[in-house]
Amino acid sequence: MKSNRKSGSQGIKWVLISVSVLFMAIMLVLPLVSVIVNSLSLGIPFYLKSLHTEYTLSALMVTLLAAVIAVLVNTFFGIVAAWLITKFSFKGKQTLAALIDIPFSISPVIAGLAFLMTFGRLGWANSYINQINQLFGVDIKIVFALPGVVLATIFVTFPFVSREIIPVLHAQGTDEEEAAALMGASGFYIFRKITFPHIKWALLYGVILCTARALGEFGAVNALSKARGKTFTLPLEIDALYLAGSSDSITAAFAVSSILVIMAVTVIVARNILEYQAGKKQGRYES
Amino acid sequence: MYVELKHIHKNYGSYKASEDINIGIEKGKLAALLGPSGSGKTTILRMIAGLETPDSGDIIIDGKRVNDIPPAERGIGFVFQNYALFRYMTVYENLAFGLEIKKVPKKQIRERIMELMELTGLNGLEKRYPNQLSGGQRQRVAFARALAPNPSLLLLDEPFAAIDAKIRGELRKWLRDMIHKVGVTSIFVTHDQDEAVEAADEIIITNQGRIEQSGPPLQIYKSPGTPFVAEFIGESSKVEGYHQLKGFDKGKYKGAVIRPEFVESFKNDNLKFKDIIDYSEEGVIEDISFRGNCLEVKLRVGDILLTTHRSLERRPVEIGERMHVIVYRMYAYDDDRAYLLENKELIGKEMITF
Repeated sequence: MKSNRKSGSQGIKWVLISVSVLFMAIMLVLPLVSVIVNSLSLGIPFYLKSLHTEYTLSALMVTLLAAVIAVLVNTFFGIVAAWLITKFSFKGKQTLAALIDIPFSISPVIAGLAFLMTFGRLGWANSYINQINQLFGVDIKIVFALPGVVLATIFVTFPFVSREIIPVLHAQGTDEEEAAALMGASGFYIFRKITFPHIKWALLYGVILCTARALGEFGAVNALSKARGKTFTLPLEIDALYLAGSSDSITAAFAVSSILVIMAVTVIVARNILEYQAGKKQGRYES
Repeated sequence: MYVELKHIHKNYGSYKASEDINIGIEKGKLAALLGPSGSGKTTILRMIAGLETPDSGDIIIDGKRVNDIPPAERGIGFVFQNYALFRYMTVYENLAFGLEIKKVPKKQIRERIMELMELTGLNGLEKRYPNQLSGGQRQRVAFARALAPNPSLLLLDEPFAAIDAKIRGELRKWLRDMIHKVGVTSIFVTHDQDEAVEAADEIIITNQGRIEQSGPPLQIYKSPGTPFVAEFIGESSKVEGYHQLKGFDKGKYKGAVIRPEFVESFKNDNLKFKDIIDYSEEGVIEDISFRGNCLEVKLRVGDILLTTHRSLERRPVEIGERMHVIVYRMYAYDDDRAYLLENKELIGKEMITF
């Protein structure tokens, strides 16, 4: 009886493994491999050449810039929001916690359009921006300019850091902070010595997810960025190359895509190393 | 008085957490705040620490009103219920934390920590992390950490709650000795009367946000002042028909509580009790349970069910057996006070008790 049951569950195990592997191969691995294969279909010199165009380099710079700023901003606000939500009690806390998740549930295109309607020529904030420009003698543009791209990226990646930290802070409670405060430690000292060591790994993990998402953002940025070679990000550049339709440009599109694929794989590997490290370290402190 | 609370009130919304609290604790004493959960004992402790603010009333430590002094400057050490040890710091770093904030020179910190480790028997554990320690060791670390900056008042919130029953008793004694050795005035919160009776010099009993009674353990035990204390302390059972027992009058009381040690039961032919057998009642054994060092025997006397303990050295008894029962004394109570009633038939009689 017992061995029967065991061989039965063994059978199920292998069926599940085959289904998963097959599914992953068809849905994930093959497409990604085909990107790399296609990108190299006209040879390595062509591959390198298509990465060296003015448009591609500009797009790479814009993408990295937007990602770096988005990660910095969201790390800061993510920590602040998570700290606020877990360590203080106030009215409207639940609402605030729910608001943070909006970028997860809303389509990025809508986010892009929302920024367009806010800061664009018809938007309510446009006149204020014009006033500021006149007052300080500057020429700040949000929509169809770099600030718009950065804003859209920040919006879309906003929840990642705080969502990673909040559960960890919740689980930790406020006892240790209270004990430290009783001994006369200041708020920042408590954060540095007590809270930060606790959220370190979750924070890094959140930053990595945030980076991955920022690099690949298309929808929101698409609504706010129209100048190829100036404000295009890598995903937009790939789209433009692909839509151009010539076989050269399609191969170039794959070549540029391969950069994003490599970045994504790097991020995933980094993530797994971190998870492994965090698990190992955590074991030392948790009982 | 070293620590004094005067007319403290504290409400959470419409919930009265503290109502006219008045406490005084002498220097060097170990006091226990004892009460059931929700009786407001932790609120009192947290107000003394400055973690909560009273709505009105004065908190005085060493002659100074501290209501407006921030927690860190009140000169107190606090041991949290779950110890709240800093889990990402070693034992050494945990102990050093408070001293580093006070900008004590490194060398002095080292000396102080070595002294505390010696005192609390933590030698050799300075490089361990809290999760690498046993429950008892964690308590010692929490205790040493609270003592590190030389507080003049030590507050402990349910210090034994997180520890196995087995080593709890041992730690109780350890903590009591340690506090007396250091000489620091201490207040601890507990819901366990054994803990309070065994460890404290002074017990303060809380109930529904008020102080019911305070005094030395023996005094609380022997002369409970209120119905609540009479029932809460000891293994007490309520008896409404107390006046049906021989030797007790109805009086103006509402009821009484009787502890097992106030009840004696003996067999017909027991000559030791021959002088008082006339004042006894007849009871039938309804239940016997083994309590490790004695038997707990429940006897039915009329409508009343009495509980007594029977030494294992005495002759065996069985369920259904008829026994003679004598109640030496009881605590009768009215609405707000408890009174000791002695069995008036026995006054002036010679008695042998077990």
